[in-house]
Amino acid sequence: MLKIVVCVKAVPDPEKADQIRIDPVSKALVRADVPLVLNPLDKNAMEAAVQLKEQFGAHVSVLSMGPPPAANVVKECLALGADQGILLSDRAFAGADAYATAYTLARGVEKIGSYDLILCGRASSDGSTEWVGPELATLLDTPIVTMVEEIIEYGDEWWKVKSGLDNGYRVVRVKLPAVLTVTRELNTPRTLSFSGIIKARRKQISQWGIDDLDIPEQAVGLKGSPTIVSEMTTQESTREVEMISGTREEMAERLIQKLADAGFLASS
Amino acid sequence: MTTVEFRHGPVWVIAEQIEGRVRAVSFQLIGHARKLADELGAPVEVILLGESLDEPAQQLIAAGADTVYLGDDPDLAFYHPEIYTEMIVRLAQERQPEIMLIGSTPMGRELPALVAARLRTGLTAHCIDLVLNENMILEQKVPGYGGLISIICPERRPQMATAARGVFPSPELDTSRPGRVAPLVVPKEIPHRIETLEIVREEPEGVPLESAAVVVAGGAGAGDPGGWREIQGLARVLNAALGSTRPAVDEGWTELETMIGQSGKVVSPELYLGVGLSGELQHMVGIVGAKVMVAVNNDAKSPVFEQVDYGIVDDCREFVPVLIEKIREYQTK
Ligand SMILES: Cc1cc2nc3c(=O)[nH]c(=O)nc-3n(C[C@H](O)[C@H](O)[C@H](O)COP(=O)(O)OP(=O)(O)OC[C@H]3O[C@@H](n4cnc5c(N)ncnc54)[C@H](O)[C@@H]3O)c2cc1C
Ligand SMILES: Nc1ncnc2c1ncn2[C@@H]1O[C@H](COP(=O)(O)O)[C@@H](O)[C@H]1O
Repeated sequence: MLKIVVCVKAVPDPEKADQIRIDPVSKALVRADVPLVLNPLDKNAMEAAVQLKEQFGAHVSVLSMGPPPAANVVKECLALGADQGILLSDRAFAGADAYATAYTLARGVEKIGSYDLILCGRASSDGSTEWVGPELATLLDTPIVTMVEEIIEYGDEWWKVKSGLDNGYRVVRVKLPAVLTVTRELNTPRTLSFSGIIKARRKQISQWGIDDLDIPEQAVGLKGSPTIVSEMTTQESTREVEMISGTREEMAERLIQKLADAGFLASS
Repeated sequence: MTTVEFRHGPVWVIAEQIEGRVRAVSFQLIGHARKLADELGAPVEVILLGESLDEPAQQLIAAGADTVYLGDDPDLAFYHPEIYTEMIVRLAQERQPEIMLIGSTPMGRELPALVAARLRTGLTAHCIDLVLNENMILEQKVPGYGGLISIICPERRPQMATAARGVFPSPELDTSRPGRVAPLVVPKEIPHRIETLEIVREEPEGVPLESAAVVVAGGAGAGDPGGWREIQGLARVLNAALGSTRPAVDEGWTELETMIGQSGKVVSPELYLGVGLSGELQHMVGIVGAKVMVAVNNDAKSPVFEQVDYGIVDDCREFVPVLIEKIREYQTK
């Protein structure tokens, strides 16, 4: 049976994330109470895992590193069809950059045991580095294909996938075990079902901290991160706006006149 | 012969070629690497992997490289994650670069992470500026939380960063610049767990974003596919390239290729029209040097109006069809 690990991130709700701002005076982050949700592209990763489970039979583990409230996101994945949920949570994990995140996730994967496939989203909505998947793969010495938009062929040992390029795609053969990062083109994520939620109630979430993973404190979180934030500043715009008013038709005509005067529109 | 001692390791650019042509972003990064290297008192070294690249290697020297490490082999013709990573990591261990820059292309969204994890160093994605501070440490600027965040990699080396095409200007080519090409050999004992079987290139539709004189960008305010089609129609009558914000991509109204901003494309049109978008910095940093900027938004308090030359407060779903109609009238007048 296929063993799949899906890495999911709890992110500030993208609809409300713009409430987290840099304070112009203190230059510190103003933390609005934005709820954590499942990272949008990780829904596609979860969906891919559940479809593989339905098609071939699979054991699906969900792995997330985050603060204690991220447990809700892991729970959601259990309700979507995952068999096992693991939250890597510890004060020492806080402040991790992509490298420290990938390092901690790698130790989590090793504790879960053997795997055939690790699925990640292409990007998270808040960090959006796209680094965690490829760095995780490297730290596990596992091949990776990023931007997977279709799984074309499932062999015993090799899979064939389609991966996005700018203006086109490539077809890649990859040897399992492998890491794939997925795009929204891959599938349409299902919504939570009532029966899924009921079934998930019986499934346990394991929470692992730094002692469970048996790693030194210098290797994780802010201490284990090669990069740090050195400064935050606010931006001032240099443009002076002229508002165009009038009825809808007048506004359209006035704008056209401005554009024509600036040489952007020509009449025949 | 005298040997020059450098206090800092070289500034590296990983160049990228497609079918033997070096991408514009690679030239731009070499231009910027030159500036950083001159400040540091260090050489610029460029890694170019591919096949039949003697000519392009010379162009990289003309753009500012002191040394081009050239891997010229049929096995390198297309980006191969395992071979490329191994070659770059080995050379980095030998040359100890201070800085390593790569373009934010599909390759540049994967390869630097494979290299950074092997070298256990930091890596910053989609930078909109890269400057040396008073301690000669690279400040890697990215937009975030309505402002600008500066990220540094204080201890580990190299300091790695990616930037999109258009963030830095293209350098003047000086064919009289001296420089040398050093060959790289393809290592034999690579695992080969990934194999590219086929590459399919599709011709993009319409005006290409990066070189368009006029850009019409739509955002979440389009509301639905119907609202989006109106914005597409506006782009068409203005012979403009169509751009988008992330929510428009997330809703599936348009492709990722049209996204403008920090993690998308950087455009430098003469005229930019933003429709139904809020002017979030992560989008706005993707518009560089536009002469005239216009915004249409139904909320008079939207921050987008602080960043443009002309503003119109209206429901774009109502306003855009009228605007299209009036433009057509004007054009046939
Ligand atoms: C790390 C990171 C990287 C990112 N990279 C990018 C990037 O590269 N590009 C990008 O675009 N975004 C990026 N984002 C997302 C970015 O922060 C914003 O969320 C996004 O740009 C907002 O898009 P929007 O303006 O379309 O949507 P919103 O912010 O939701 O704004 C919609 C606007 O439309 C207006 N509106 C609503 N209805 C109407 C109507 N009927 N008529 C007229 N106006 C209407 C509203 O008043 C509002 O101002 C990134 C985010 C992160 C965290
Ligand atoms: N804290 C985390 N826990 C679990 N998975 C993560 C975490 N951060 C990132 N990922 C995974 O890596 C992908 C890319 O994230 P990023 O590199 O932040 O853009 C996400 O879609 C997740 O699959």
